Amino acid sequence: MKSSRRRFIKLAGIAALGLGAQPAIKAIAPAAQTGPQVEFSPGPNALTAKQWAMVIDTRRFNKPEDLEPMIEVCHKTHNVPHFSDKRHVIKWIWETHFHNAFPDIPNRFISEAAESRPYLVLCNHCENPPCVRACPTKATFKRENDGIVMMDMHRCIGCRFCMAACPYGSRSFNFVDPRTGLNEKEMNPKYPTRMMGVVEKCNFCAERLAVGQKPACVEVSNGAIAFGDLSDPNSEVRHLLRENFTIRRKQNLGTEPCVYYIV
Amino acid sequence: MSDKKWIILGLLIFMVLFLSPFLYNVLIKAGKAAPMAELVLTPKAKAAKECVMPTPYMRTEHMQLLDEWRLKVVRGAQRDFTNAQGKTFEMSLTNTCLDCHSNKAEFCDRCHNYASVRPYCWDCHLDNPQGEMK
Amino acid sequence: MLELAIKGSKSYWIWIVALLAVIGAGFLLYLNQLTVGLGITGMSRDVSWGFYIANFTYLVGVAAGGVMVVLPYYLHDYKAYGRITIMGEFLAIAALIMCMLLIVVDMGQPMRVANVFLYPTFNSVLLYDATVLNGYLFINLIVGWNVLQAERNGVHYAHWLKPIIYISIPFAVSIHTVTAYLYCGLPGRGFWLTAILAPRFLSSAFAAGPALLVLLCLFVRKVTHFDPGKEQIQSLGKTVAYAICINVFFFLCEIFVAFYSKIPEHMDHIKYLFAGLHGHGIMVPWMWASMSLMVIGIILTVNPATRKNETTLAVGCAVIIAGTWIDKALGMIAGGFVPNPLHEVNEYVPTLKEICITLGIYAMGALVLTILYKMVVGVKEEVRA
Repeated sequence: MKSSRRRFIKLAGIAALGLGAQPAIKAIAPAAQTGPQVEFSPGPNALTAKQWAMVIDTRRFNKPEDLEPMIEVCHKTHNVPHFSDKRHVIKWIWETHFHNAFPDIPNRFISEAAESRPYLVLCNHCENPPCVRACPTKATFKRENDGIVMMDMHRCIGCRFCMAACPYGSRSFNFVDPRTGLNEKEMNPKYPTRMMGVVEKCNFCAERLAVGQKPACVEVSNGAIAFGDLSDPNSEVRHLLRENFTIRRKQNLGTEPCVYYIV
Repeated sequence: MSDKKWIILGLLIFMVLFLSPFLYNVLIKAGKAAPMAELVLTPKAKAAKECVMPTPYMRTEHMQLLDEWRLKVVRGAQRDFTNAQGKTFEMSLTNTCLDCHSNKAEFCDRCHNYASVRPYCWDCHLDNPQGEMK
Repeated sequence: MLELAIKGSKSYWIWIVALLAVIGAGFLLYLNQLTVGLGITGMSRDVSWGFYIANFTYLVGVAAGGVMVVLPYYLHDYKAYGRITIMGEFLAIAALIMCMLLIVVDMGQPMRVANVFLYPTFNSVLLYDATVLNGYLFINLIVGWNVLQAERNGVHYAHWLKPIIYISIPFAVSIHTVTAYLYCGLPGRGFWLTAILAPRFLSSAFAAGPALLVLLCLFVRKVTHFDPGKEQIQSLGKTVAYAICINVFFFLCEIFVAFYSKIPEHMDHIKYLFAGLHGHGIMVPWMWASMSLMVIGIILTVNPATRKNETTLAVGCAVIIAGTWIDKALGMIAGGFVPNPLHEVNEYVPTLKEICITLGIYAMGALVLTILYKMVVGVKEEVRA
């Protein structure tokens, strides 16, 4: 009698626990309640590739002004704020010197033309990205279908481990509210801004690729920047790589950057 | 028991604190619940008759739908959503939802304010025209 | 046992209230940081970790240092430490609480902290760091509390505690190893990319932790009726002496590798710290001060005459705490991030707000430590009486 009463109480307790846990489980489980009939698709015009890559013909850019259209269009397209305080600067793509872009290629008597040229630097969308390895929440991840290293701003906890891990300094952190560095009238309604306290960087224009457009910087480069599938031997980028001598940033680190430079 | 009065006083204070929300409603706000938020549909939304999903579903589950949309767009490289009727929409808060519901102030904000929720979608996603959120 | 902490002298309460005031001020500034962002700190795109993470790293070491009294007592049956193991364990608790607070204040989106466990990412060292830090805190709470309770009741501690105590020893090593792995597994950061980083962290931890314990023991003896013991303090002093020597030796190994191999990527960071780079050298006086303090510490703790004299031992311990703090907290972060991956020099200086928030957290740690030590002293006095 005594033991069966104890058993009953135990079972009742377990049942109550189960009922109590249900809403909690429901809250944590992925939201997949839209039913079986709905469908998701990449969109009819989406550009696809196994691994997107970029080839920058640096010979086509001779002075810093030549790079401005690319930088401007990128930052406009993605609502990248402008801050005058150097500490809060956010940049997705910017211009730098040869010895800053390639500090591991310190050749002393490098060709004058190559040394004086301005160089465009951005996220390399590495095949083996250290930032993805470091991120504790998969907020930054390598997209399986096309190799783009993406940021999930909704999930980023702002620990900045990825910034320490990136050997190219490609990542920026929102130290202040980014809207304070944007002009409300000039914002691009097609792309969101970010919130304070998350990390951001170049996304290879994933939102443009989805509707069949090439990245914004590629579009305004007058053909000086090529964009295509690295895994397709007949793609434009592979064609350029076959015919030109190219270098990549810090390739000795084994990250396999996907931005190539013709020098 | 010399502590008796202290115990009773303590219990009294506890009861008052515990009942304070009810007392506030009964004595001070006496029966004046905030009026139900009246949502305004734009002509475009009215003409469409139905949102991307049936109205009762949208009313109760739009946040889950949006959450799934963002997961699919950001992490799954999916951009289009096709509903049970075979209609396809771009999954975009600013460009699809707010295209019909272009009156964020009278549609989104009004109900959010009534329900006393403050979603931070608009910290990032643009909401032109600006709403009446505080 | 907590009731022992609410009976104290007037100066005890003044100290508690003062700590609460500092905590409150720090908290208000933190609220400011929450609303306007981490922009109130001196951190930037190039130096993306600063004073918070620097102090976090140092305090993980202090927490791990507690194992230097736990290990000899439980593994080698060194009876003298029976009296002070509890002080090592409770010091670890206070240090770990500070560590976690420092991590939270460093985050850009602290309300999403649970994402680390909601989306566990097994390739991220941060997941392991969070796990071992929480685990070590939990272990020390269980062990410290139960052992002290048993002492109060005049009985031997429960048998089930023994395996947990043994586990605490590798855990202490692991918290600092994993913290070093946060840094030393990153490609392109030449200063951190060294296999000896974890051993270096441990050696400086085993110097700084016991050094702090020596000072705490001397303080407790002065203000209470509980004497941690002369022999105990001397043994701790020897641990400090060995550990600080090994720490400096490891550092010299780094210098040798960088400057004999002459690989610029490895030399530049050390050059920046000790001589300045491209005309920027804000760290130079600090780093030389750190080296001098550690050398003075070695002289005072290795030399038997000055070690046996408790006054000079105390001075030695204090300079070692200061020296290792500059080296590991300030130098480790600044040296790692400057020059940046594009070889530009952008220096970092913490802002006043950032320092005050950190001080608030230190005050929180001091409060926890005060309450825990008050309990320890209360029990020890009770048992003696």
